[in-house]
Amino acid sequence: MFDGLTVRFDRILRQIRGRGRLGPEEIDEILGEIRVALLEADVNLEVVRTFQRRIRERALGAELGGVLNPGQQVVRIVLDEMTAVLGGETVRLAYASRPPTVVLLAGLQGSGKTTAAAKLARWFKAQGRNPLLIGADLQRPAAVEQLRTLGDRIGVPVFSEATDPTAVAREGRAEAVRLGRDIVICDTAGRLAIDDDLMDEVGEISAVLRPDHTLLVVDAMTGQDSANVALAFHARLDIDAVVLTKLDGDARGGAALSIREVVGRPIAFASTGEGLDDLEVFHPDRMASRILGMGDLETLIEKVETTFEKQQAEEAAARMLDGRFTLDDFLDQIRHLRKMGPLSSTMGMVPGMAQQMRGVDAEIDERRVDRLEGIINSMTVAERVDAGLIDGSRRARIAVGSGVQPSEVAQLVRQFREMRRLMKQIDGRGSRARGGRKGRGSKARGTKGRKGGRTTPSGPIPVGRSAKSGLSLPGLGGDREGSAPDLFGIWQPE
Amino acid sequence: MSLRSRLGRARDAFAGHLGGVRSGAVVDAAAWDALEDALILADVGVATTADLLRRVRERADSLAVDRPEVVLDLLKEELVTRLGAADRGLASGGAPSVWLFVGVNGAGKTTTIGKLGRRQVEAGKKVVFAAGDTFRAAAVHQLELWGERAGASVVRGAEGADPGSVVFDAVEHAAASGADLVLADTAGRVHTSGNLMDELSKVRRVAEKGAGTVTETLLVLDATTGQNGLVQARRFTEAAGVTGVVLTKLDGSSRGGIVVAVQEALGIPVKLVGVGEGPGDLVDFDPAEFVDALFDLDDDDRSGACSTA
Repeated sequence: MFDGLTVRFDRILRQIRGRGRLGPEEIDEILGEIRVALLEADVNLEVVRTFQRRIRERALGAELGGVLNPGQQVVRIVLDEMTAVLGGETVRLAYASRPPTVVLLAGLQGSGKTTAAAKLARWFKAQGRNPLLIGADLQRPAAVEQLRTLGDRIGVPVFSEATDPTAVAREGRAEAVRLGRDIVICDTAGRLAIDDDLMDEVGEISAVLRPDHTLLVVDAMTGQDSANVALAFHARLDIDAVVLTKLDGDARGGAALSIREVVGRPIAFASTGEGLDDLEVFHPDRMASRILGMGDLETLIEKVETTFEKQQAEEAAARMLDGRFTLDDFLDQIRHLRKMGPLSSTMGMVPGMAQQMRGVDAEIDERRVDRLEGIINSMTVAERVDAGLIDGSRRARIAVGSGVQPSEVAQLVRQFREMRRLMKQIDGRGSRARGGRKGRGSKARGTKGRKGGRTTPSGPIPVGRSAKSGLSLPGLGGDREGSAPDLFGIWQPE
Repeated sequence: MSLRSRLGRARDAFAGHLGGVRSGAVVDAAAWDALEDALILADVGVATTADLLRRVRERADSLAVDRPEVVLDLLKEELVTRLGAADRGLASGGAPSVWLFVGVNGAGKTTTIGKLGRRQVEAGKKVVFAAGDTFRAAAVHQLELWGERAGASVVRGAEGADPGSVVFDAVEHAAASGADLVLADTAGRVHTSGNLMDELSKVRRVAEKGAGTVTETLLVLDATTGQNGLVQARRFTEAAGVTGVVLTKLDGSSRGGIVVAVQEALGIPVKLVGVGEGPGDLVDFDPAEFVDALFDLDDDDRSGACSTA
């Protein structure tokens, strides 16, 4: 079915290639294909309509020109809109200023709340927190026992008693305070229908629990109903974010788009497997192409992306070479690495480096990337801008926050500095090689505002590695034989 | 309580779109669009919906009818025809017969076994539950609680035990104690996991190693499932030879329209429907009643729906 879709889509695009502007008929034809793709991905019908309307307006109004042909331009608009709806940034749950931080889980029966509760607890534990689980699902036979078993497995205490769900929630919160636990995660009974009595019950639990975050657990396989379900829960509980479960299947997960559009709340976590550590912070950028789900189309999208990322990469490189490269940029870099994989081609865009990068491929150890991300995430905004602030006590705090040894933090900072120093050296050549670069860099700074404490605009920044060694990102080295990952020692810029 | 009233909520949502169709003098282009919307919102799927409506349009044209009631009747007929031909009985004939329950995580397998076991015990059968979900924490205990309620004995293994051997033991136990029926639970699994699907094939094979015969393999499908339901049905059929669908949680606002596609594409009929939380809320699937319940409107619904048109 989808192969056919790709072929049709491709055919339309071929027809319109080379024209300066798309007519309404052609746009409608493309939108028809997109509609089918979205509906097959279980995006809610009303959401599909809204989406089509927005794309139509933008596509009709767009001056088509420059590097992209009209077909690519439309694909770009579709991707932009999807990413805008899904939210470009990953969501971070804020910790309460006065612990414990309380998280309430709600959702339909069978959506995976109990498992999600345990996975979340484990996730928080990995962030160096001390969670307590509350089992307030007194309805499903053995639900509390299931939670206790999972709690044992991950070493997290579980509170429950055979009273009523509201009392369990109240007592559980008190228990967390008594035990000094700084995170409370409350599992609740699944609501089968949009049943007023049961919704009242979870409303009461919410009232006594006073959660900092209310998370709706949604099965990625859910069909058209996901929007209604989310609306019903949101009306009662004012949900903050969504946990999308069973994303390890082949469901396209259109529910993610529907819920984001209808209640305006983001997907915070995605559950991607049966293991208790198979819970990931949700990456919206990966979801758009999954929902569109058109295999061959991705090649097309890639072409478009390449053009855009080339510009972005040049801007980022300019920033780096100016010595304004911060740990925030570095974190972005890691995220782009995860998304893009081999960076050798982007690396080639840095003036004077193309030669060294020829034929080089990069491999990333996902676990190390997680650690690095964890360390940087545990830094304050100020520390990320100026790594020099990080003294012994800050280092210890960061290490605790990210669950690593202080020496790992120190190593990261040291390598980051070394990297920045080297970049400055290269700058000497870069400036001569390519005039006008700095002008573009500053333009990029002016146009890209960021929220969430970012201090510099994002974009992939080329980072290379030598053919022999491994990645030259600090701490990411491919030290297969146990050699130290400090790759700058091996890597010789001319 | 009739299936119709239990499906009340599903009907209301569906009827909102159909109300506009009914209130018009003829079925015009906008009304056809409204029918399409209603079917898509019921998770029938784009392709199946298009096919259904094409057929209904052809029949309406050939009969030269365009009055809303008549066209809606044609649509109902078409749906019933597509759902209706199959044999929905649950087959027995082994000594004992084994009914195997499969599906993705959270579909409602364990609960379905509990409810169906109770029905079978009430019908005079001697029933054994096989606690083959050795993966999910406390799943065995959940089944044991259902066993007590239903009056069925439960055969279990250790947590993490091989599910095939648990099912085998249950069949042996049933044969030795003269039981008629083994209802075998399995761990929920996402159908894209090759290893786990292989494990399921093995469980099915092992279930017939002894005295028993697997006479039904029932795919438990959550009614909120969208278009992925068809893929699930295909994969589980490849792995374990699915003979029927149990559509659970149909008392929510979801409509379970994917079963039309499952029946059409794979010829797998819905056999049972879960319509509530009580032990007695598992009923035989009746396509005419199912379709009727979705389409029939009383006067209140009609006036309410008119205002949205």
